[in-house]
Amino acid sequence: MAQSLRPRRRFRQPSVIPGFGLTLGYTLTCLGVIVLLPLAALVTRASGLGLSGIWDVATDPRVASALRVSFGVSLLAALTASVFGFLIAWVLTRYTFPGRKIVDAVVDLPFALPTAVAGIALASLYAPNGLVGAQLAKFGIEAAYTPVGIYIAMVFIGLPFAVRTVQPLIVEIDREIEEASATLGATRLHTLVRVVLPPLIPAVLTGFALAFARGVGEYGSIIFIAGNLPYVSEIAPLLIVIKLSEFDYGGACAIATIMLGISFVTLLAINLIQAWSRRRFGYV
Amino acid sequence: MSKAIPHGDIGRPASVVTEGSRVRWLLIGTAIAFLALFLVLPLVTVFVQAFAKGWEAYLAAFTEQDAHAAIRLTLIVAAIAVPFNVVFGIMASWAIAKFEFAGKNLLVTLIDLPFSVSPVVSGLIYVLVFGAQGLIGPWLIEHDIQIIFAVPGIVLATIFVTFPFVARQLIPLMQEQGTAEEEAALTLGASGWHAFRTVTLPNIRWGLLYSVLLCNARAMGEFGAVSVVSGHIRGLTNTLPLHVEILYNEYNFVASFAVASLLAGLALVTLAVKSGLEWRYSADIAAGARGH
Repeated sequence: MAQSLRPRRRFRQPSVIPGFGLTLGYTLTCLGVIVLLPLAALVTRASGLGLSGIWDVATDPRVASALRVSFGVSLLAALTASVFGFLIAWVLTRYTFPGRKIVDAVVDLPFALPTAVAGIALASLYAPNGLVGAQLAKFGIEAAYTPVGIYIAMVFIGLPFAVRTVQPLIVEIDREIEEASATLGATRLHTLVRVVLPPLIPAVLTGFALAFARGVGEYGSIIFIAGNLPYVSEIAPLLIVIKLSEFDYGGACAIATIMLGISFVTLLAINLIQAWSRRRFGYV
Repeated sequence: MSKAIPHGDIGRPASVVTEGSRVRWLLIGTAIAFLALFLVLPLVTVFVQAFAKGWEAYLAAFTEQDAHAAIRLTLIVAAIAVPFNVVFGIMASWAIAKFEFAGKNLLVTLIDLPFSVSPVVSGLIYVLVFGAQGLIGPWLIEHDIQIIFAVPGIVLATIFVTFPFVARQLIPLMQEQGTAEEEAALTLGASGWHAFRTVTLPNIRWGLLYSVLLCNARAMGEFGAVSVVSGHIRGLTNTLPLHVEILYNEYNFVASFAVASLLAGLALVTLAVKSGLEWRYSADIAAGARGH
């Protein structure tokens, strides 16, 4: 860069475009007031509890079980969303079939549908007397008001993340490599597993992490179908709401801090995956 | 997102770079069945349940005073939150895309932060600042200002959860368009504002419209964050999603799904317009999928 010629690094490179001070100042002010200040309030409140205070809350049996349900079920749901998300992304980019564009648009439904609406719809579908719930009941599966219901809601909201992170990369695969692989005598399955799949792994992992993070934090689409039985189907976000309604701000903050911590670790993981992918494959 | 694929031979079954036709139809069938079961069926259920007792019962849900109040509040909240985030998004993307400065990546990450915070936590942090036991709670009480369990809190929580929508759409778009056109306008004597209005804005209009659409859908549909700060006071601090919850918990299913069908209709319109924009102006909405 031209900067290396200068004796000192500048904060900003010179430009004739006006408005830097105004727009950056406005951006930082909004960011500070809307996002950073309130988040700092949480961190302050949580640090007041101390590590031991947070640990006490986290090891409370009811809280521990809620965290286990949230993280455990979200892992399973993100796994499901990743597998089927990959399949859907593949079908949408590689095959032509009637209604493909509509199917493509449908994928974004969970982004657009308010979570409470999805929540009551899933609850009524999977209730023992609901359309799907009654069928599942024949096989002895109870979906609504159990962790299975939580799993279904988490798959619902996680799916678009899984599809949309992989899809653009499938579009960009260089098909000549596949042709080369086929020419060299590889079977189609062999080509898919050894040639097509490896460069897509970072995107699949990113989609998985996004779906997982979303599932852990999700509230609206889950609480209606979950039944919210303590120790069985109670999720961590709901417990925050319960603690708040009992004016137990400390408890609410402790759970929120644990959840924030996990989502930062997830974000970090995504960044590491992308950095690794950039080194390994030359793109994100 | 649904980019045209540059090769013309995809549909041909004999190609070596695709699967056999039986496998293909099996995969297509599985994908569609999965989407139908997990995504479409819940959507259909909303309308089926809403009309379960006929038109009259459906319409009765909207004659209630509380329903009117919820609709009004949802519109007010969106009318404040969406323009706020449009102004913020344009300001932020101008600063980030048109200039090179230290700490830019960190700034972009911080703007994205609300996406990775649970909706419930988003509500909680505002309670911690403005609530009765909050940071400035006592001061607010002294001056008789109510934010939590009132409309300002709902607006703030909604702004928080929709904060990144416009900015993250416009930043890559403006980065891709560079600064050459604006520089030309400035050289020709345009003021900064004039250059923005006549050069930048037309370049980003489809991307902007696209992000406003998504921002609005989220603003009107937000549940978790709003539920924490609202206090659920009927007729006063109930938005449409909260009204859906209350009716559902009262076993008033038809009314609950009727109100929900309104939100589902909004989601469908959003999806339709969004897809229309993507099909038509995909290059003008999003910068290349790979970024820079």
